[in-house]
Amino acid sequence: MKEMLIILFSAILVDNFVLSKFLGICPFLGVSKNLKTAMGMSMAVIFVMVLATAITWPVFYLLLAPYDLGYLQTVIFILVIAALVQLIETFLKKALPPLYQALGIYLPLITTNCAILGVAILNIDQAYGFGESMINSLGAGLGFMLALFLFSGVRSKVDHADVPRFFKGLPITLVSAALVSIAFFGFKGLIENLFS
Amino acid sequence: MAAKKTVSLGKEISKGLILENPVLRLILGTCPTLAVTTSVKNGLGMGIAATFVLLGSNLVISLLRRVIPDKVRIPAFITVIAGFVTIIQLLMEALVPSLNESLGIFIPLITVNCIILARAEMFASKHAVLPSLADGLGMGAGYTAALILMGTIREIIGNGTFFDLGIPGLQAGGYIEPMLIMILPPGGFFVFGILIALANKLSDKAGKETQEDDTICAGAISDQTACLLCGGCSFGRSGVQNQLQADEGVRRMAGKAKPDKSGDGGDNA
Repeated sequence: MKEMLIILFSAILVDNFVLSKFLGICPFLGVSKNLKTAMGMSMAVIFVMVLATAITWPVFYLLLAPYDLGYLQTVIFILVIAALVQLIETFLKKALPPLYQALGIYLPLITTNCAILGVAILNIDQAYGFGESMINSLGAGLGFMLALFLFSGVRSKVDHADVPRFFKGLPITLVSAALVSIAFFGFKGLIENLFS
Repeated sequence: MAAKKTVSLGKEISKGLILENPVLRLILGTCPTLAVTTSVKNGLGMGIAATFVLLGSNLVISLLRRVIPDKVRIPAFITVIAGFVTIIQLLMEALVPSLNESLGIFIPLITVNCIILARAEMFASKHAVLPSLADGLGMGAGYTAALILMGTIREIIGNGTFFDLGIPGLQAGGYIEPMLIMILPPGGFFVFGILIALANKLSDKAGKETQEDDTICAGAISDQTACLLCGGCSFGRSGVQNQLQADEGVRRMAGKAKPDKSGDGGDNA
């Protein structure tokens, strides 16, 4: 249990996917302007991340590893994720219209979100077991949400600030992302002390 | 005729270097740009790997552009790209294991790099083989140049070295202590922001429009479909209009209609 909690919290805070691993920067910069879209996108990311891990982990250990096909990992994973996203979309549309209303428009966007493929590959690289992989994916998704949530607050302030002309828009956004990222350094060392 | 052809091929190559630099002007492929540029060597390695994939996928997709059905073109493109990524992954593992180690997960993640899919969608699927190769080479070179530039700045300031060679006076105990923060994640965001501001200033002098916030993924905006693939770029603007736009894009992605050029940013392409 302790190991699980350590994996969960380090994925959320210390090894935050966006701010310290640089995965999923495109949506981080793209949708963080408005809190509502940021939350919708995050929910969709968490949802797909956990489901993708639930499928890619068994695919790797039951299909690829026994036949020594590990080198096909990249091709298979991206196809599995693309098919999964399509499937989820179709399923939600038919079975759970309210959820589809909430997540629907974000789903096609995240097939090529590098955080999804990233977490699937990292779980294999770190040789996590199935439970650990699921927890890690959940933590990564929650970390993505936390970063987006905090950053949309920062951005709504920055939007009203008077910045030099050439810094307007993306450049000042990136500089403020640097500051938020520094803030996350405060969590280094937290995990060992929290559970010891 | 032949002379004209070389001129236009040259143009395809050179546009990727400066005017349509994928990193600094089109803002594509930000994740690896920020993550691997802790040193010049990593930046160069990543640039070469991505250029290889870009050339290969542009070649194959351009050859197959009449064969791939419109409805399933995106999965088809991704499969081709993932194939080339696997090739470069195996090559790097065998030839440069230490570089492979330090680039780590970002080699397989070339598969979902916006630059490659955007070029496949916007250029290779609509042009003949030679221009597509030239486009791939130019974009790859522009990408590599931007990575090297960022790697140089971060390595010199953050570590006091250039290409692993110590610079006298910039190392610990010298005139200026290395600022470790530059090779940590915040330094990546910071240097990237400053460089884009600089690119805005330079292109402003040359009489071009300044990169506004609305044009995150500007290059892809000329084709909303490709833009959506980057994972939400078109949400740069606010409100309902966005959702409508995204919805429309999704419908297009479903293959109902060939994406037409929409007004904003279209002149960029």
